[in-house]
Amino acid sequence: MLAFLLRRVMQAAAVLAVVGLIAFSMFRFAGDPVNQIVGPDTPASERAEIRRSLGLDDPVLVQFARYAGDVVRGRLGISYQFRQPVSQLLAERMPATLELAFCATVFALVVGVLMGVYCALRRESWLAGLFQAVSLIGISLPTFLIGILLIYLFSVTLGWLPSYGRGDTVRLGWWTTGFLTWSGLKALILPSITLGLFQMTLIMRLVRAEMLEVLRTDYIRFARARGLSTRAVNLRHALKNTLVPVITIAGLQLGSVIAFSIITETVFQWPGMGLLFVQAVQNVDIPIMSAYLLLVALIFVTINLVVDILYTVVDPRLRLSSARTA
Amino acid sequence: MSGYDLDAGDAPPVPLPEVAPSRIARWRDSDLLASFLGSKTAMAALLATVLMVGLAVAAPLVSPQNPYDPAQLDLINSNLPPIWQADGQAPFYLGTDDQGRDVLSAVLYGLRLSLIVGVLGVITSGVLGIALGLVAGYAGGALDTLIMRIADVQLTFPAILIALVVDGVARASFGGALDVGPLIGLIVISIGLSFWVQYARTVRSSVMVEKGKDYVQAARLIGLTPPVILVRHVLPNVTGPVFVIATINLALAIITEATLSFLGTGLPETMPSLGTLIRTGNRFLFSGEWWIVAFPGLALAGLVIAINLLGDWLRDALNPKLQ
Amino acid sequence: MTETILSVRDLTVTFDTRRGPLTAIDRVSFDIHRGEILGVVGESGAGKSVTGSAVIGLIDRPGRISGGEISLRGERIDTLSPEAMRRVRGRRIGMIFQDPLTSLDPLFRVGDQIVETLRAHTELSAKAARTRAIDLLAEVGIPAPERRIDGYPHEFSGGMRQRVVIALALAAEPELIIADEPTTALDVSVQAQIITLLKRLCREHGTAVMLVTHDMGVIAEAADRVAVMYAGRVAEIGPVAAVIAKPHHPYAVGLMGAIPTLSQEADRLSQIPGSMPRLTAIPKGCAFNPRCPKVFSRCRVERPEPILVGASRVACHLYDVTEKAA
Repeated sequence: MLAFLLRRVMQAAAVLAVVGLIAFSMFRFAGDPVNQIVGPDTPASERAEIRRSLGLDDPVLVQFARYAGDVVRGRLGISYQFRQPVSQLLAERMPATLELAFCATVFALVVGVLMGVYCALRRESWLAGLFQAVSLIGISLPTFLIGILLIYLFSVTLGWLPSYGRGDTVRLGWWTTGFLTWSGLKALILPSITLGLFQMTLIMRLVRAEMLEVLRTDYIRFARARGLSTRAVNLRHALKNTLVPVITIAGLQLGSVIAFSIITETVFQWPGMGLLFVQAVQNVDIPIMSAYLLLVALIFVTINLVVDILYTVVDPRLRLSSARTA
Repeated sequence: MSGYDLDAGDAPPVPLPEVAPSRIARWRDSDLLASFLGSKTAMAALLATVLMVGLAVAAPLVSPQNPYDPAQLDLINSNLPPIWQADGQAPFYLGTDDQGRDVLSAVLYGLRLSLIVGVLGVITSGVLGIALGLVAGYAGGALDTLIMRIADVQLTFPAILIALVVDGVARASFGGALDVGPLIGLIVISIGLSFWVQYARTVRSSVMVEKGKDYVQAARLIGLTPPVILVRHVLPNVTGPVFVIATINLALAIITEATLSFLGTGLPETMPSLGTLIRTGNRFLFSGEWWIVAFPGLALAGLVIAINLLGDWLRDALNPKLQ
Repeated sequence: MTETILSVRDLTVTFDTRRGPLTAIDRVSFDIHRGEILGVVGESGAGKSVTGSAVIGLIDRPGRISGGEISLRGERIDTLSPEAMRRVRGRRIGMIFQDPLTSLDPLFRVGDQIVETLRAHTELSAKAARTRAIDLLAEVGIPAPERRIDGYPHEFSGGMRQRVVIALALAAEPELIIADEPTTALDVSVQAQIITLLKRLCREHGTAVMLVTHDMGVIAEAADRVAVMYAGRVAEIGPVAAVIAKPHHPYAVGLMGAIPTLSQEADRLSQIPGSMPRLTAIPKGCAFNPRCPKVFSRCRVERPEPILVGASRVACHLYDVTEKAA
């Protein structure tokens, strides 16, 4: 188990190192950092001075080491647009994104699993057909189009839900939450559905396909031959076996919710990290772009690691084999 | 001995595993045309795709207006509703936007741009992926490991993020203002770099299989060079899967371009794709001019769903086991 | 004569396919008596397993029982409601599948699987069921059952898993056990142990067994009577000793000739030329006629009905004395 864990941690570190290298290259080579600091008519001698003071003349490896050191200490540079430390900007925006991603994830998991199980067990029913059709649309349509459609329906036409922003938020230390006010909760609904819909359809299709596969296995036939109730066969044996592989893929997919929130946050003007990133791309704000990339990579890698560990907890076969290798 | 519990509606359930046709036989027996004619969805999807591609190609001929030509726009015609509403005016069948631009013309030209970028993006990612897959599979060793590791790392990130980063870095490198031509090239490259992994994996595994076979050894003996062997013998084997990936990726590429444009990092408002039109139209949602966003949105949704349905059908028809 | 446990009359199973119905089982009849082991033998696809599935009511769509009767102790069971049939499964008819590696749910402890089966059919408390489960494991010869009961299936060897499967089949003391190729997936050395165990348990509990196999060696070792199936029909049924020593149906003759015996040289095994027809192309008349060495004109037009020949019933025109005399 320990060896397995160690190997996964090392893989995660390698991925982070690669992304770090990319982030550093962006930082260093995409556009001249000096140009971002000085005006166009600064004399060459002054430019050279700034170059030296920024350490841009040092060997690339030294610069990378310095960059990595800065990143580890949370010094992610100064945003060109806001003239503020990037770490501070990200910290301000993070709660909005994480709360949105959390709600979208819960929505995608709960609804996706329920619909998937229903479609697998009642394959011939009209409702299953409807779910399948909805899933096709959910998987085909671009996220922003779904967001616009929801806004048109529930904000413009019906006037039930807000179309932008987080509503009222409450400060808890450095964290701001929308969970504690009525308007904050209402503001979460449409963005969460928009963000979660794609993952929901994926999970639904995955659960359906996996469950149909499991229902064909010998141990399910044997469970039926033992005279267990349909309920026990479907919801104990089949569902548990379905969810084991679904956990991995769904878990990995849910990591991308954070990245997909870029689009949703733009549609709903949600003041999170994704919106910050899009504005950074529009305005060529490299420090924010590279920092965001690093942060997303960190979140991804962490989620992958957690999913791997969860997987071994759920599946006794893996628990044993990893114990053996240890 | 559970050969009889085949999926209902699949191949005829023959309760003898021995006579169930092998996958290869099933592939050979699968009559693509018959399967196509048997699927109403596939036929409708093809019809819709052909219709939209036709309209896109013929956009300059059928559009009432050239939406890229500012001289043709007249503010007197701005914000007209579709023809079936009280204030609607011919020839603006689907209404106009705040610049007096005909929505129908803008949608047709936008469709054209979206398709061009999508197809070019798919070709770029396909060529890149197939080439890297061939190299990785044939060379093996460190090069193979390097390519496949990059693929693994990239696969953990959503394509849209990669496209955004490539797009952003390129903008930073070239400075702000780019012409439309290079801008299209930039978006195509962003899409190409985002979607090559699946091709590379498919081609690589096929190369690995073929490499060990006798005829490749034989071809080598008669003096054919590795690239010739690869291209002549391995590529034909992967056309099916590659074609399926390309179809499904076409929809993804179109969505990616639309998303980039919607986020304001794609095509500019002077030369709008469907995504740009939706971005600009979105501003009018609250003031009641719903048609400015609705028709580009419908066109995009219809195009993507039709291509996806075609891709799904093609995948099932060519190889039911392909993921 | 001992009590008849299972009585199958003219059982017909049809698979509805897009190209029309296929008859997998065609008017099959047999009885199994208390404490008796009936071997059902035939090539792969002869319909042995489908017959077993039909008896326990586990024919999956698109298959269905389209004719005949199945009675358990004189009570029709093929017409029971799904819920009533579920209570028959496990309680009155147990089943053992071919592959012990895939018959047990990998995510549940073997003890839990036994306990859940017991509790589905009896009023035992959780504690009593666990005690009974340990007894069952001991009875099927699993060492240290009080410890192994908390093991997962993958921690057992193939032979041990098949013992667990047998324990599960026997858990609620059924009157009939259907063993579908119970030894095929096992090592040769383990096969004999499992057959011995099965025989002993059935003698002790008075359970009737339908032993489905393609292995004549297993039949000779374990069965009291044997039914030889060909293309979904019973070709010959009779006492094992009689059928092996003096088979009547030309197909049975060929099948017995294919068993190597000590008195025969191994390279002189007789084989039946050709192969069994597909379900889509079963010939008119006797299904065996294209391969039969003794075929005559009547075999190609009229299907033979079973006739009593000695202690066996044989479906072959060769033995139809009345017709010959006429």
